[in-house]
Amino acid sequence: MSRLPPGQKAEVRRLLGEGPLKFRLLDLGFVPGTTVEAVRRSPLGDPVAFCVRGALVALRSKDADLVLVEVLPGDQRRGACP
Amino acid sequence: MTFPQDNRPKTDGVVALVGNPNTGKSTIFNALTGLKQHTGNWPGKTVSIARGTFRVGAQKYLLVDLPGTYSLRAGSPEEKITRDFLLSGRPHVTVVVADAGRLERNLYLVLQVLEITGKVVVCLNMLDDARRRGICVDVRALEEELGVPVVAAAARQGLGLQELKGKIDALARGEISVCPRRVKYDPDIEEQLAFMSGTRWLALEALLGQQKPGEGSWVERFKYCPV
Repeated sequence: MSRLPPGQKAEVRRLLGEGPLKFRLLDLGFVPGTTVEAVRRSPLGDPVAFCVRGALVALRSKDADLVLVEVLPGDQRRGACP
Repeated sequence: MTFPQDNRPKTDGVVALVGNPNTGKSTIFNALTGLKQHTGNWPGKTVSIARGTFRVGAQKYLLVDLPGTYSLRAGSPEEKITRDFLLSGRPHVTVVVADAGRLERNLYLVLQVLEITGKVVVCLNMLDDARRRGICVDVRALEEELGVPVVAAAARQGLGLQELKGKIDALARGEISVCPRRVKYDPDIEEQLAFMSGTRWLALEALLGQQKPGEGSWVERFKYCPV
């Protein structure tokens, strides 16, 4: 998921890793089937802010790498994240 | 962990206020208590928790404003305080404040709380905000799905607060019966749960094996929790 360019939407497919970090990601809403959108990249490229289930969540690239996503075609409009 | 009784003001019941961050919990707290809050440190914790009282008729309730959390999995100190208070502080009623405009995200915490206690009032807050963004919520349908009272509110405008107080009072006095929605898990998990005592939430945590060595079993630590 860390490689998504800003504005790109994708669907969560699978979570790698185990233990507290995996639970944390699930708690934050990164559940398989969920649509996410990369919103902003910090100046140094890490962390990246994602819109997930109506909230903006910033993740370090190494944590975002645990979320495997499938890029959704078309529709490059900005999501509903306020 | 137990919470001391002696530093609590004399009241007819304890009401816990939980919810995701930025759902207007503190606005509701201040509106209900009239800013008569005093922060108190629960033992062993450095994070202060605001407490205040409010009245409904002759009844006086202690309202405890718990830290905002997305989950009760206790990955952060805030989550731990909120979880421990719900399990050990034995509130008579728990109000879960949910942002009407981000319901999908907020319902996760609602369902987690319902696994600990059924004595829940869901306060669907920021309804005005949601409406402005074109989001309408069928409050009655939600109430039916969750099996606990749902109150629509716009706390900043002072709307829905009287109804919220009324529902808290009615639930505390046992005038409302609840039928809390339980998430159905896979058959093998449900089979295990059927053999376990205590709250459904603790049983699930035990199954998840999140017990830390040296901390004692979950059931032992929270033996005073409501069943």
